[in-house]
Amino acid sequence: MGNVAVDVQDVSKRFRLYHERYNSLKERLIHAGRTPYEDLWALRDVSFDVKEGETVGILGRNGSGKSTALKCICGVLQPTSGQVVVRGKLAGLLELGAGFQQELSGRENIYLNGSMLGMSKKDVDRVFDDVVEFAELGQFIDNQVKFYSSGMYVRLGFAVAVNVDPDVLVVDEVLAVGDERFQRKCMDRIKTFQKEGRTILFVSHSPDMVRSICDRAVVLSDGNLIGVGTPGEAVRLFRERLLEAGDVLALGIETPEVHDEGPGMPAELPTSIKVEGPQRDEHQDTTRPVRFTEIIPYFAANQDRRYLLPGETLIVRAAYQVTAPAQGVVFSIEVRDNSSSVLFMTDTEILGLGLDLPVGPGAIDFHFESLPLFDGAYDVVLGVAGKGGMLFDWQEPACRFEVMNPTRAVGVVAMPVRVALVPREWVDESTTAVGWANPAEAG
Amino acid sequence: MAESGGDLSKATRVVSAHISVWKRMAEIWRSRELLIYLVRTEIKVKYKNSFLGLVWSMISPAMTLLIFFLVFQVILKNGMPNFVIFLFSGLLIWNFFQTGVQTATGVVVNNSGLVKKVSFPREILALASIGSAGVFFFFQSCVMVIFMIVLSSAPDWPLIPLLFLALAAVAVLASALAVFLSAVNVYMRDTQHLVEVLLTAWFWACPIVYSYQRTISKQLHYHHLVWLYFLNPVTPPVMTFQRVLYNIPIGRLTTPGHQLTAFLPPWPWTTYAVADLIILGISAVLFVGALMVFGRLEGNFAEEL
Repeated sequence: MGNVAVDVQDVSKRFRLYHERYNSLKERLIHAGRTPYEDLWALRDVSFDVKEGETVGILGRNGSGKSTALKCICGVLQPTSGQVVVRGKLAGLLELGAGFQQELSGRENIYLNGSMLGMSKKDVDRVFDDVVEFAELGQFIDNQVKFYSSGMYVRLGFAVAVNVDPDVLVVDEVLAVGDERFQRKCMDRIKTFQKEGRTILFVSHSPDMVRSICDRAVVLSDGNLIGVGTPGEAVRLFRERLLEAGDVLALGIETPEVHDEGPGMPAELPTSIKVEGPQRDEHQDTTRPVRFTEIIPYFAANQDRRYLLPGETLIVRAAYQVTAPAQGVVFSIEVRDNSSSVLFMTDTEILGLGLDLPVGPGAIDFHFESLPLFDGAYDVVLGVAGKGGMLFDWQEPACRFEVMNPTRAVGVVAMPVRVALVPREWVDESTTAVGWANPAEAG
Repeated sequence: MAESGGDLSKATRVVSAHISVWKRMAEIWRSRELLIYLVRTEIKVKYKNSFLGLVWSMISPAMTLLIFFLVFQVILKNGMPNFVIFLFSGLLIWNFFQTGVQTATGVVVNNSGLVKKVSFPREILALASIGSAGVFFFFQSCVMVIFMIVLSSAPDWPLIPLLFLALAAVAVLASALAVFLSAVNVYMRDTQHLVEVLLTAWFWACPIVYSYQRTISKQLHYHHLVWLYFLNPVTPPVMTFQRVLYNIPIGRLTTPGHQLTAFLPPWPWTTYAVADLIILGISAVLFVGALMVFGRLEGNFAEEL
């Protein structure tokens, strides 16, 4: 232990982006010396190391160079400058089943793939049964792999890679394969790897994954290394970088559907939405007398920070304009997660607030004391309705906020939890049953 | 990656743009088992699902042989006794060279999926093409043996070792070209077609379907162009094969007249040996050069494919 397993030393990688590809001799001659291209530095002087037995994650947005880094480490790409030193046998899972020959049987492919990963025939003989069992292929092992289902294909790929007995396992987001049960099996195998003191380097889009299995994480942004640290720190750094870049979509979150119900909705989703414009004033229709003018999320703990920590206070302030006196106005608020599921919904009527608004501008605050949420980007949806449920205005999303979880706990809801060992004398040793005597006093 | 180092001191591998040729060679050597698998795969895949399977690898050269035989012996009446053996001995080694170089040129491009995703010394791909050409060479050699038995044509037994020298020279030369061309083809896809055309011309520059001694040696000597003819590095091995397997240096023509004619040059075996050795030496140097070029070009393979 303590030895460096993977040493990445000042690695830079330049890609040439050609505006047009000239791959034939004629084109090369015609365009000799003036093939238009742009240099793109996918990696710039990136240095970090991975100790033996350590699990290190690489975080970064799309295009941040994390896959390039992984490919350089695997030796699929050569760095333009700098070098990577790998101690021990490395198995790279850049793509499951990448080395498979369609025409050959599963059995033959195990041998071929094994030898590509640096195993001798004897080594493969030894693990052959394990591979077949892990891949759950059974009698299909002698079928040509081109007839395999995609699930069988990736299972075989993963099974070979984890059975080559590597010192260093390099995994690019390939774990999201197969059914849930197989995924769990893969994760179990990775955990076993960790216990056996092997080195794992992996790229993931999911900060939860990084948080739960990594010892350390490396954050890349635009080809630069911007930080190495504990998973919590790295995820925080990564999130901050995302926010700085104006990228409100956190990692692993698919682009949200564009909600374009209701006229006048802006197509893009800024963090706070100013709702005004001349066309609004022209429509002085008295059927919809209350309109939102501006909605701001306010982070009570630290307004400079662009994200919340679990348990902090969020205040959503909604400014509105009343054009005609309105009685029994109901403001409603929803908090949705990135897949638009409603996490929470309430309105002023439920809260027992009868609101009669005079003409003129006004504002309303929603205080969320101690927000019990974990990582993610959340949408706030605001609505205002009149008596009888007549909708005056609906802002979806009215604003967004992000929560960053600095701990290693994962999930959706930040449940405050206190842990204590039950005193010894409470445990009945003969039955190992625990007396259920007032646990509230136990702490 | 091709490390199976001990538990105590694990082997290190360096990924960098500057790896020396010797390290590359060591990597290739360590991946020799992979080479065998790739050769096996290439052959298996080629004839999978085909009814006649490996027989096809025989049919195409047999056809070539038949056509040349009909054209030169039956129609043009060149009068060489046992002309089939003469033709076959030259074609045997040429087919090895030609098939190897031809398939190797496209091999990196055709295996782009592998090159982009799996790490192994890529030269292996080119070498595997030469390897599978070698397997076909072996099959054709078996057919050659049958031909010789049927036609009761005996080789020059004491000179049999020369065959291996000539074969080695061609193998190294073909490997050098294979490694070089497979890398260049990634950047210029024309290479594949160019190689095809050049190999056709190259074929006629070798004394395979005609006898050097009987047909062109006089003119070459007259014009002082013998050196030019022998710049072709495939010629000495081809002639070595003919010398050993055909083994009729001087004989009577089968055409009317039955004149005594020299079919093979009157050189001692040492001339062949030295010529083949020189080619082997030059090819080895070329091979190192090809590896260097390959190393330079390899860095961008994954992006170019």
